Amino acid sequence: MAQAQEFEKVLSDSDTNVAAFEDHGVSVLKRIQHFLHSTPAAVPLIVLILSIAIFGIAIGGRFFSSYTLTLILQQIAIVGILGAAQTLVILTAGIDLSIGVIMVFSAVVMGNCAVTYGLPTPIAVAIGLGVGTLCGLLNGALVAYMKLPPFIVTLGTWNIVMATNFIYSANQTIRDADVAAQAPLLHLFGVNFKVGTAVLTLGVIAMVVLVLVLWYVLNHTAWGRHVYAVGDDPEAAKLSGIQTKKVLMAVYALAGLIAAFAAWVSIGRNGSISPSAAVTDYNLQAITATVIGGISLFGGRGSILGTLFGAMIVGVVSMGLNMLGADPQWKVLLTGMLIIGAVGIDQWIRKVSG
Amino acid sequence: MATQPLLTARGLVKRYGRVTALNQADFDLYPGEILAVIGDNGAGKSSLIKAISGAVNPDEGEIRLEGKQIAFKSPMEARDAGIETVYQNLALSPALSIADNMFLGREIRKQGFMGQWLRMLDRPAMEKRARDKLTELGLMTIQNIGQAVETLSGGQRQGVAVARAAAFGSKVIILDEPTAALGVKESRRVLELILDVKRRGIPIVLISHNMPHVFEVADRIHIHRLGRRLCVINPKDYTMSDAVAFMTGAKAPPEEALAA
Repeated sequence: MAQAQEFEKVLSDSDTNVAAFEDHGVSVLKRIQHFLHSTPAAVPLIVLILSIAIFGIAIGGRFFSSYTLTLILQQIAIVGILGAAQTLVILTAGIDLSIGVIMVFSAVVMGNCAVTYGLPTPIAVAIGLGVGTLCGLLNGALVAYMKLPPFIVTLGTWNIVMATNFIYSANQTIRDADVAAQAPLLHLFGVNFKVGTAVLTLGVIAMVVLVLVLWYVLNHTAWGRHVYAVGDDPEAAKLSGIQTKKVLMAVYALAGLIAAFAAWVSIGRNGSISPSAAVTDYNLQAITATVIGGISLFGGRGSILGTLFGAMIVGVVSMGLNMLGADPQWKVLLTGMLIIGAVGIDQWIRKVSG
Repeated sequence: MATQPLLTARGLVKRYGRVTALNQADFDLYPGEILAVIGDNGAGKSSLIKAISGAVNPDEGEIRLEGKQIAFKSPMEARDAGIETVYQNLALSPALSIADNMFLGREIRKQGFMGQWLRMLDRPAMEKRARDKLTELGLMTIQNIGQAVETLSGGQRQGVAVARAAAFGSKVIILDEPTAALGVKESRRVLELILDVKRRGIPIVLISHNMPHVFEVADRIHIHRLGRRLCVINPKDYTMSDAVAFMTGAKAPPEEALAA
């Protein structure tokens, strides 16, 4: 035992119990702040329930029907899957502007391989998934090894992939009927089935399963914890022995792979394969879903379940306003407000320790 | 000294652009000792430590662990070799829990199918070991082992970082300013822990500005000045003011200390 200095002698009598404090006197607001800090998916879930309730009251029973609610799910399946990819990247304090075009390009590759070149459909799908992963790997290499800012890298690859897509496809749309005749497997995720009046597609199921799998990976595996650590404080993660470059490579590659998977789902939903699909829409909606879902753009915070709720919020708001017959611009306006509100709440929750 | 040093460094040089952080620095750590490293701000103490712990690659010079030359490319390699470091900035991830932080980079997985195929973390085991280590350190004010590190006070965070090193270090433990942010009770615990680790036969490198702490626990004191080892003194032969005078250049170090 070290020779204790005089004033340290009383320490032998010190309390050895784990500290516990009575909770009273803590304001309700503070408690809410702490609850939200430890449960990041709660905010989007509350907003989702509120928006369903508000539109339900405004529209009435028509909105509450299982048909309408499941239709919303069908509409958000692609955005939800892209949002899941975006979530991984944003958790590392990055952003991937290119996932929308990676999706479209992968869809075109899948369609051409299966329909134009007549390859067996599973091989065509595998090639498409591979192309998406390669695009993601390119992003990852530029971010992790060249140390370029993710925003600039993916702005660049967005243009590169989009141009490649148009040059390669000569802007030819592959028709629905051709896909159905030659490669029906590409339409797999469009297959729907009824549960009562609810209509679900395999695409919806795929989105939910994908989010649940990613939730498990992010929260219950070492790799998932590393993703959070890299986004939180890359220097600390490195000193803790995490191979930050490999984690970043894997995250961007996985985002590319998921974008290619979204391509397969989108073929099922749209039927035809168009190289000029509304890329910007998908891209921004996926980022919107992620941000509204409470994933912090500064990295390391948020739950992927929040992204799912965020995508649902966007779906509910656009469906609700449609049914109310509102000008579509109201949807855009409301989405903008939700984004700013979500970032504001994120900043407030971060102050929990300050 | 008759025994061979466990960890040695010779002629380390590290430059950051025009700034020279290490200028032909030497370093010796003997088995089972507590070596304090003191020096003015900017003397290169942290660079020396980072070179030994694999966080930076020196431009020149060689490092030997147990006689074998080593060149760590990452902190992970140093950790695998048994050198554990508590950095000044602690290297904790603020948003992750205490248990997750303590096991960052060497997580425990569940046994059987869940662990092998689904790679599921064994949270209960990690939390239990983390709690045991914190209790050993006397950090009883941490109520919830699952709480995020950013919700802890500065001292508690330091305690978590020290507990992490103590739990895993097998050959050398390096502590960079381990008591800087700690209260009286926690500082005492850390010093006791340092002596406890020494009793287990593991040598410790202690970087500190706290002279009473240094003189209390150190077996030898390495005085760093202007990027190199100025001298090594025995705390029994010199006073704290001597040490401060050497490290600030107010007094020339004695001849016999230079040789050590």
